[in-house]
Amino acid sequence: MTEIQTPHILWVRGGRMIDPSQDYDMPGDILLEDGAVLASGNPADIAAQAQAKKSAGAQIEEIILSADLCVAPGLIDAHTHLREPGFEIKETIYSGAKAAARGGYTTVCSMPNTSPVTDSRSVVAQIIAAAHNAAIRVLPIGAITRGQEGLQLTEMYELAEAGGIAFSDDGKPVRSGAMMSMALNYALPLYLPIINHCEDPDIVGGGVMNSGPAAIRLGLKGWPSSGEVIMLQRDLELVRGIGARYHAAHLSAAGSVEAVRRAKDAGLRVTAEVTPHHLLLTDEWVEGHAGGILAEYAQHARMPQFNTNAKVNPPLRSAKDAEAVLQGLLDGVIDIVATDHAPHGVTDKYCSFDEAAFGISGIETSLSMLLTLARLRNIPLKTMIAAASTKPAEVFQLARHTRLPIGTLRAGAAADVVIFNPNERYTVRAEEFLSLGKNTPLDGAELAGKVKMTIYGGAIVWEDAHFNRRPQA
Amino acid sequence: MTAATAIRHLLDVDEWSLNDIQHLLEIAETLRGWSDPAALRSLLRGAVVVTLFYENSTRTRVSFELAAKTLGADVVNISASASSVTKGETIRDTVNTLDALGANIIVMRHEHSGAPNTAARWSKSSIINAGDGWRAHPSQALLDLLTLQSIFGSVAGKKIVIAGDIVHSRVARSNIYTLTTAGAEVILCGPPTMLPKTFAAAYPDRKVSVTFSIEEALARADAVMALRIQKERMTGGALPSLREYRQYFGLTADRMQAYAHLPILHPGPMNEGVELDPEVAHGAQSYVEHQVANGPFVRMAILLWAARKDDALLNMVRLANTTGGAEA
Repeated sequence: MTEIQTPHILWVRGGRMIDPSQDYDMPGDILLEDGAVLASGNPADIAAQAQAKKSAGAQIEEIILSADLCVAPGLIDAHTHLREPGFEIKETIYSGAKAAARGGYTTVCSMPNTSPVTDSRSVVAQIIAAAHNAAIRVLPIGAITRGQEGLQLTEMYELAEAGGIAFSDDGKPVRSGAMMSMALNYALPLYLPIINHCEDPDIVGGGVMNSGPAAIRLGLKGWPSSGEVIMLQRDLELVRGIGARYHAAHLSAAGSVEAVRRAKDAGLRVTAEVTPHHLLLTDEWVEGHAGGILAEYAQHARMPQFNTNAKVNPPLRSAKDAEAVLQGLLDGVIDIVATDHAPHGVTDKYCSFDEAAFGISGIETSLSMLLTLARLRNIPLKTMIAAASTKPAEVFQLARHTRLPIGTLRAGAAADVVIFNPNERYTVRAEEFLSLGKNTPLDGAELAGKVKMTIYGGAIVWEDAHFNRRPQA
Repeated sequence: MTAATAIRHLLDVDEWSLNDIQHLLEIAETLRGWSDPAALRSLLRGAVVVTLFYENSTRTRVSFELAAKTLGADVVNISASASSVTKGETIRDTVNTLDALGANIIVMRHEHSGAPNTAARWSKSSIINAGDGWRAHPSQALLDLLTLQSIFGSVAGKKIVIAGDIVHSRVARSNIYTLTTAGAEVILCGPPTMLPKTFAAAYPDRKVSVTFSIEEALARADAVMALRIQKERMTGGALPSLREYRQYFGLTADRMQAYAHLPILHPGPMNEGVELDPEVAHGAQSYVEHQVANGPFVRMAILLWAARKDDALLNMVRLANTTGGAEA
């Protein structure tokens, strides 16, 4: 005999609700039912609705928070390297999703530099199939050109139909302006963004860290910020003519912020992202000195000279650049924060700096970095949540790709929630990462702000060991 | 092996104090004046010194090998061509293997800046940097300083010009540290493609300046160190021709007539007719052979320091002096 299952309802109550989509930042509760937000907001209203549900016979599980804990829409990462298929020693969709959940993320957009490259329907389908077993939602990004080789466009229409949400040759910039022009044009009917990793290969030519005093002292080849700005300006000029949707990945340089500012002032449909590491870290970290805003927090970080865990592309830049990209974010010139989570195995990093792979395993520290930055610079938490959740959903129009809206706690949205303590100071331990990539320059550093629980589709997918849920008596 | 004592690596001279430097040079001077080969051979007897060269070198490797053999060490030379890297053996594997085979000191040359730091992270042996990428060449800088001190007594207050491809030079970088620590002022000279005008700003607490005029540099100099100009720099666009470099930056016989008194140094190998003319390279003002001759003494001092036998040597000297022995 079949019986209608008693609806399972999760009542997250007592905390501070931050939902930029409703411009909400005050005490607030949420009710989650059937993978969706049933209601959110004023605690008295929510309590009334919960009582009504209870009277109707619903089972309600309560998560009672202390008032300083924050409840926000699950974070959305527009730039994640999950490495599967092809580089499962670095990360798998399964491990990357667990890591993301630990970082408070409930949706990640996976970059196409897999092996084979995510340039065909079958690879997109393979990623989506593997993601069924993952802790959180994975939305694949398809390549712009076959094999990311910059020579021939991918079958973008088919990639979009298979579930691709954007296009990028990430890591391998589209070198030819003619090819970029073709891609921007061809993608017009899809209304999906073309993402470029801006790096002029002729200028950068093998550079491994930011051009600057640290590179001079270390005798390492510089990767000047002009290499980013020049390709970005090329792209923006193409966009001006074509009217395409364009998104600039991981901007690192002050000049890039100015270029995007001018483009937006001119009304171009461009958006941009910045990573937590370009906001908080500087090229001195490569030299073994915790420069920049985190100096006090990183006193006990493991910081060797030639720190390969601080080797990333684009490189960590000067304090002036970090300040400029932060200002860009606060001004809305830079729309979102994306992690560029780039996990690597130990052999990729336990070698000379020139040989080491570019990339930081960043998804498990991202929110903590943003919360630390918010604390140090008196930035409203709502700004950070918007940059890491609400705005990524808008920029990539993710509601087109998900069953329910994400990046918001409005009634009817997906039951994707992150609960964090903005005041908890803790020490980052790379060995505790759930990502297979332990490559973080923050190992041993402190951060202020910790993810306590992550809920995806109404199910708890991460819970901090020290989290007291205070279940109902 | 005493577990409590840290391994002595020589990766760079950037953090060496004047005392550290003078201690090492004192040992080198002592060794130069020493005349009891048998006593020297006892100092590192039974120790295994490996020269691990990922990049070709003749003079540095031979200089270290002679130094090690003079001190009685067993020397193993390994030329690790770039192919062993592509075969997949990591620096970590290599140093672990050498440690397991009983190495005590690994003298390492590598084309990548910082590679000796990577080795030191995994090594139980002392890592001695014999030149890494563009970054450091400590033994060269120390022997350059020894040479300059034998000319001037002290380099304090002296203006030392380093001319050439500065940005790609590990010799220049290490000399900046040792010379300024010893009180000298360093004047860097070269075309801006080889010497970015921001270069000196990377050394804010040291007396380092940049000029693009060799005439101006020479007019101020107490000594000049010329660096090798590599031919491949032209294809990289840094130089239009060697001819033009010689004309505008070279220590030519003509140009040096007005500076015949000025000591000239060069770390070698020299491109005669490019950065300096043969008449200058082999003339009365050239100290190039002194540099080469100082090499083994400085490298012996480094090996003794790494093996913590530096004080043993000084004690031996004191003993010999008080008993009127070896140095008589």
